[in-house]
Amino acid sequence: MALFDYTIKQLEEKLQNKEITIEDLVNESYSRIKEVDGDVQAFLTLDEERALSQAKQLDAATEQSGKLFGIPAGIKDNIVTKGLRTTCASRFLDNFHDPLYDATVTEKLNNENAVAIGKLNMDEFAMGSSNENSGYTPTRNPWNTDYVPGGSSGGSAAAVAAGEVLFALGSDTGGSIRQPAAFCGVVGLKPTYGRVSRFGLVAFASSLDQIGPITRNVEDNARVLEVISGLDPMDSTSADVEVPAYTEELTGDVKGLKIAVPKEYLAEGVDPEVKETIISALKVYESLGATWEEVSLPHSKYAVATYYLLSSSEASANLARFDGVRYGVRSENADNMIDMFKKSRSEGFGEEVKRRIMLGTFALSSGYYDAYYKKAQKVRTLIKQDFEKIFAEYDVVIGPTTPTPAFKVGEKTADPLTMYANDILTIPVNLAGVPGISVPCGFSENGLPIGLQIIGKHFAEGTVYRAAHAFEQATDHHTKRPQLGGAR
Amino acid sequence: MNFETIIGLEVHVELKTESKIFSPARNAFGSEPNTNVNPIDLGYPGTLPVLNEEAVNFAMRAAMALNCEIATDTKFDRKNYFYPDNPKAYQISQFDQPIGENGWIEIEVGGKKKRIGITRLHLEEDAGKLTHGDDGYSYVDFNRQGTPLIEIVSEPDMRSPEEAYAYLEKLRNIIQYTGVSDVKMQEGSLRCDANLSLRPIGQEAFGEKTELKNLNSFTFVQKGLEFEEKRQEKELLSGGEVLQETRRYDEKTKETILMRVKEGSDDYRYFPEPDLVPLYIDEAWKERVKNEIPELPDARKKRYIAEMGLSEYDADVLTSSKQMADFFESATKAGADIKQTANWLMGEISAYMNKHQKELEELPITPEALAKMIQLIEDGTISSKIAKKVSAELLENGGDPEKIVKEKGLVQISDEGQLREIISGVLKDNQQSVTDYKNGKGKAMGFLVGQVMKATKGQANPPMVNKILKEELEK
Amino acid sequence: MTAISKEQVKHVAHLARLDVSEEEAEMLTEQLSSIINYAEQLNELDTDGVEPTTHVLDLKNVLRKDEPKDWITQEEALKNAPDKADGQFKVPSILE
Repeated sequence: MALFDYTIKQLEEKLQNKEITIEDLVNESYSRIKEVDGDVQAFLTLDEERALSQAKQLDAATEQSGKLFGIPAGIKDNIVTKGLRTTCASRFLDNFHDPLYDATVTEKLNNENAVAIGKLNMDEFAMGSSNENSGYTPTRNPWNTDYVPGGSSGGSAAAVAAGEVLFALGSDTGGSIRQPAAFCGVVGLKPTYGRVSRFGLVAFASSLDQIGPITRNVEDNARVLEVISGLDPMDSTSADVEVPAYTEELTGDVKGLKIAVPKEYLAEGVDPEVKETIISALKVYESLGATWEEVSLPHSKYAVATYYLLSSSEASANLARFDGVRYGVRSENADNMIDMFKKSRSEGFGEEVKRRIMLGTFALSSGYYDAYYKKAQKVRTLIKQDFEKIFAEYDVVIGPTTPTPAFKVGEKTADPLTMYANDILTIPVNLAGVPGISVPCGFSENGLPIGLQIIGKHFAEGTVYRAAHAFEQATDHHTKRPQLGGAR
Repeated sequence: MNFETIIGLEVHVELKTESKIFSPARNAFGSEPNTNVNPIDLGYPGTLPVLNEEAVNFAMRAAMALNCEIATDTKFDRKNYFYPDNPKAYQISQFDQPIGENGWIEIEVGGKKKRIGITRLHLEEDAGKLTHGDDGYSYVDFNRQGTPLIEIVSEPDMRSPEEAYAYLEKLRNIIQYTGVSDVKMQEGSLRCDANLSLRPIGQEAFGEKTELKNLNSFTFVQKGLEFEEKRQEKELLSGGEVLQETRRYDEKTKETILMRVKEGSDDYRYFPEPDLVPLYIDEAWKERVKNEIPELPDARKKRYIAEMGLSEYDADVLTSSKQMADFFESATKAGADIKQTANWLMGEISAYMNKHQKELEELPITPEALAKMIQLIEDGTISSKIAKKVSAELLENGGDPEKIVKEKGLVQISDEGQLREIISGVLKDNQQSVTDYKNGKGKAMGFLVGQVMKATKGQANPPMVNKILKEELEK
Repeated sequence: MTAISKEQVKHVAHLARLDVSEEEAEMLTEQLSSIINYAEQLNELDTDGVEPTTHVLDLKNVLRKDEPKDWITQEEALKNAPDKADGQFKVPSILE
């Protein structure tokens, strides 16, 4: 059994019993990276020296402290790390070697003594569902490198699936944690909006973005969320809601749990293979004493349009700061100010980023604001109310994370709308601000993972985890490993 | 054709909080470039704004002092535009729910009182400072970025550049009283843009307006508007039209110069700031801020007339700046005579301030020192003439009037024996004047008093000199 | 008819400070049009009287005390600047 097949709790015991050292864990990480990352391309920036020196320091510490003591972690490259290059997978930030400060989540990982292995690949500025929009090399799916790992946290999901790190942080604006977690067969949670501080997360769409953990099992996920959650005075939108001990909610007991299954989540467009897998998962829940009923989220079909209008509008403002004045790559071909702005941005940004900035700028522009931006904000209210109605009667909503398993590299790049449609089942969750998790629930005929999505009420991550954990313990999908360079 | 002038003003005022509106960086003027900045002010990726409570309190205080209604529900919006001094390429401002609305202030021009409406007052962040080198490059200092700013938009209620000047003076005075800003135009803590248009008398619709920017003093605002008024009139009378444009006032040529023609309205793509949550200002909060507002100039003026017996003119001058009024009250509280204090402040002290272009607070003289000096005059220790020497010293170097009088030997000579001796000497040396006096030339008396003062370096007690001289001459 | 004209695309690109070639403008006109047409489906919904959602959580009055805090030095402020001089950020002249 490879080291990264153990849970954080098990590794903690091994460290306590001196069976292993933190240096062993960091070496495991780096040797695996050397072995497979040429194929997977999960990492954008590595700093082995820094990680090893931290490992040695922690090994030498007289007291072992911290909920993530010595655990190797990967950090999505849109989360800033003091003294460690942060690019958001954009050429514009190619030279952004020191963001000057740590994101609140980075600081929290440091406080609990996790070891940062490196920065993870993604779709540029988190805009994408396949990692093909990385300004560098696209990450590949560890289960089959002809396939995409999903996105935008494709590097984070792939690195965990490939056993390069024990856990990773991702960010989720419209499914960017859950979709790649589903495609890569790992566990990924998007917390309630406001649960985790966004301070230091390079903003894509401020009203939707959340940071969350990607892990190999539910228990580790809950442990990481415990660490990164909580009120942050640096983020006005972070909530003053107590952080429960999520790991203690993992009782395995889902007796009497009331599950809602939206008919829209198993409708046309959802791959029959996926649908079948979800039905069997529901049977597992039945066997565990839970009940489920079909319900309707009538405004789901408007979620994608709503999302693209809102997220692109916010992004058009959020990405305006990349102007070449204070940081980033300035075009060398400009001789006046306007030229400097236009050339630096056009040379630094990729196609998809430009497209969304254009869409957002248009939706906010004079004469169109009410018809597009404001209209979308109103539909957002309707989508949010859909969930409120369901949650008045049910504990969780369950469905697939994605309509299909991972698709092939290049398969959906031609038409943006086809790519956008892939997020139809994850987007409503962000619009409503509720928490959602993706857990492995089976495999397609060609061996690609399928994800089960469990959605809860605001701040009901505990219930979501309990449901996910019970399912995980009743099945063995999460123990399967990709055959990359020999399973690890 | 006769035209009516329509003027509206947009005034920006920096609030003097300790830290910035959305970041904990220091809010200070005159520091080394880029030293009062942090990643938030620099618009670093991932940073977020958090609202400074005091900035809200200050804005509310100013809005209340300007008779605005205070919003109960308010929020912030993003105003999008690219400029090197605007680090996020959006300014956090307030679009459709300003913190204050429907206010007014009263001005007085040519003895006539008039109310000028205030459309809105909103809270926003200031930008950095861009300077242009002669090397073909521009330079940015972000120290000013994030300084809390209130924008005060007037109704188009002013009908002459003179009224605009009066409005600005009154506005500055009120804000200064509230203590939320230094309102110094030379340091940029008060800035003004002016809109002017003309319309034929009797017509209701406004004419096309031009906007004047970069106005560096109230006088330039008035001069710029006066020029613009004439320019537009000439344009219209010659059959031309006024274009919607932005102009600046050139202090050297005393003309307004075209900066740019506005094409439609600028598209700032305002939308609600998702990084900041809404503000709910309940009655208790409003009440709390209301109680922090000190007595405002109009109220003070009334009190000076009613309770202190000052003339309307004196009360007006004394309350025209908060520093002056505060100084006046401290001095009288320290025991100085009201009328005397007013005279010294409006006379000697104001003259010195004008001559040296200094603010009262920059001078070393304290209200207590002035009070003491006035007391020394009253108890006869010094003459009013000597007092001018003492006050000159106080204005230049400060200090204790008693000490100054002692050290410089300025104490009034009131010893009768000593004075008689000096006077008999003067009379001996000026026989002609004595004869003149005796021949009925009263003028000679004045000359002789002058000679006594000269002999005593002005320290002789004037009433005593008069009395003794008379006695001696009548002998 | 496309939902957005090429001229509009160019105007929007200018607002967003993006350089687009003729070719890119054409491609964007087509792509944005199809996305905007897709978004038009929202008009099927009657949203009269529906409050727009900016924040999903009902938070209000998140405020900070007015206390200054030192954080970075001037050197750090300028550390990532593409061009700088005399403690300031250096940019091409704003004059065309």
